[in-house]
Amino acid sequence: MIQLSDYLIVSAILFGLSVAGIFLNRKNMIILLMSIELMLLAVNINFIAFSYYLGDTAGQVFVFFILTVAAAEAAIGLAILVVLFRNRRTINVQDMDSLKG
Amino acid sequence: MPFAIPNYNVAIPEMFVLGMACLVLIVDLFLTERSRTVTYLLSQATMVGAAVLTLTTYSQEVVLAFSGTFVRDAMGDVLKAFIYLSAFIVFLYAKPYLQARKLFKGEFYVLGLFGVLGMMVLVSAHSLLTVYLGLELLALSLYAMVALQRDSIFASESAMKYFILGALASGMLLYGMSMLYGATGSLDLGEISREVATTKMELVMVFGLVFIVVGLAFKLGAVPFHMWMPDVYQGAPTAVTLYIASAPKIAAFAMVIRLLNDGLYGLHMHWQDMLVILAILSMAVGNIFAIAQFNLKRMLAYSTIAHMGYLLLGILTGSGDGYAAAMFYTLSYALMSLGGFGMIILLSRAGFEADRLDDFKGLNERSPWYAFMMLILMFSMAGVPPFLGFWAKVSVLRELIHVDMTWLAIVAVVFSIIGAFYYLRIVKLMYFDKAEDNSEIKQDLDLHVALSANSLGILVLGIMPGPLMALCASAIGVM
Repeated sequence: MIQLSDYLIVSAILFGLSVAGIFLNRKNMIILLMSIELMLLAVNINFIAFSYYLGDTAGQVFVFFILTVAAAEAAIGLAILVVLFRNRRTINVQDMDSLKG
Repeated sequence: MPFAIPNYNVAIPEMFVLGMACLVLIVDLFLTERSRTVTYLLSQATMVGAAVLTLTTYSQEVVLAFSGTFVRDAMGDVLKAFIYLSAFIVFLYAKPYLQARKLFKGEFYVLGLFGVLGMMVLVSAHSLLTVYLGLELLALSLYAMVALQRDSIFASESAMKYFILGALASGMLLYGMSMLYGATGSLDLGEISREVATTKMELVMVFGLVFIVVGLAFKLGAVPFHMWMPDVYQGAPTAVTLYIASAPKIAAFAMVIRLLNDGLYGLHMHWQDMLVILAILSMAVGNIFAIAQFNLKRMLAYSTIAHMGYLLLGILTGSGDGYAAAMFYTLSYALMSLGGFGMIILLSRAGFEADRLDDFKGLNERSPWYAFMMLILMFSMAGVPPFLGFWAKVSVLRELIHVDMTWLAIVAVVFSIIGAFYYLRIVKLMYFDKAEDNSEIKQDLDLHVALSANSLGILVLGIMPGPLMALCASAIGVM
């Protein structure tokens, strides 16, 4: 029998990986977008596991909303990425340093 | 369970704004470049209409609707009224700026209206789900608005930074919410607050609380989660910075109150400590880093960070009076920041942003009236009596002393004195330095009138702060 804590550990590992992906990645901006998606999916696992073990469907409904918002977020993120690439001809994270002070 | 028709009446202003935003979106398609003013006027009419709908049905009672996910109360109504006011002023100030830069497009207004709708949902949220949806509707509109100036390297870079860090903050907030859901078994904030009071799973809740506070701090821009603010404020077109700096701060205040007070008041002793650290760091970093800035937009971003620290001081007291003081602070801050960025727009023209400190040199020679207006705004932000910002700081500090945190009040005063330096530097530049460019200030009449009214309003409210303070106190429900 898989315990609730097993799900929570998987989701915590995924969440940690995605945060690490955002802060350690110095190369490609698309990897940042992938990390953000991974982060939301980790949260989804949490919600579904809790929802199943509590016998309450509200958590699963929340997951549908998160999935929808994540799709919208990815669309906006990629659109900004395209604008950025047109202006600068690079999506390297290290080159994003024109604003300073 | 029988099917019950939800009480739609409580959400009429939201439905009105949604309908009008869709209408503006469609009408704008059929307009030519020259008749674009129609979009602008429709957006302004939306704000006026929403204000009428909200204020005519204003009442002190608390009404829950939509299965308890949505709440209408006095605090929400007052905050919404100020959100409409801020958005109205933003649209008004932004118009000449956008026209001079070929940005006068329907998208700005549609995104602005959807952002307002997101803020309204956030202000009225009574469930983790509505908090999240309102927040995302606001944030997604803001990301797109920052990137509106598509040919600008700075705007697209700051939009990307804003997007990444904003999405990270939402992720943190969601993770905290999932933990809270697991510990309480409910998404409803009322249910959660009852569970928190009787819980045996305090550890899980505090774990979730940490992530929620991190998410909130990101959205407010409190140190150490402030990295996005200076870049976004500087990189975005000034019209968009004006929007980001005003109304969303009011909504962020509501979000903090809804989550930490309405939902998690039982964990007050835990979140108080976290907010103390955030507040001290925000006041220190904001006020000290602002001194080193040469770009006015960037300087105002650091000043915002410092102001968010003072705002947190009011909230962390955990008392009704403290929330009322924090609400008063938020509303005064929104008015001051509208004026500050409005001045930048006033001095700018096509191809000239007027966002360096040097651009304000010798403003007194060019226009004594606007030099005086800027003086009011800067003195008010610094917290000099008799301007509005002084009363905002006083009321927050008084509530701190009431809950026996005098040491924190002293720290706040010290940082506020440090902060006075960079505000007064602008006054010095305006009055005692020679102007670099003596061109006449040419802007539309409505901008002149609105900006003067905005600054004089801060002076008048500073001389008579009583009514606004009483309004905040009655909205929070302490009298």
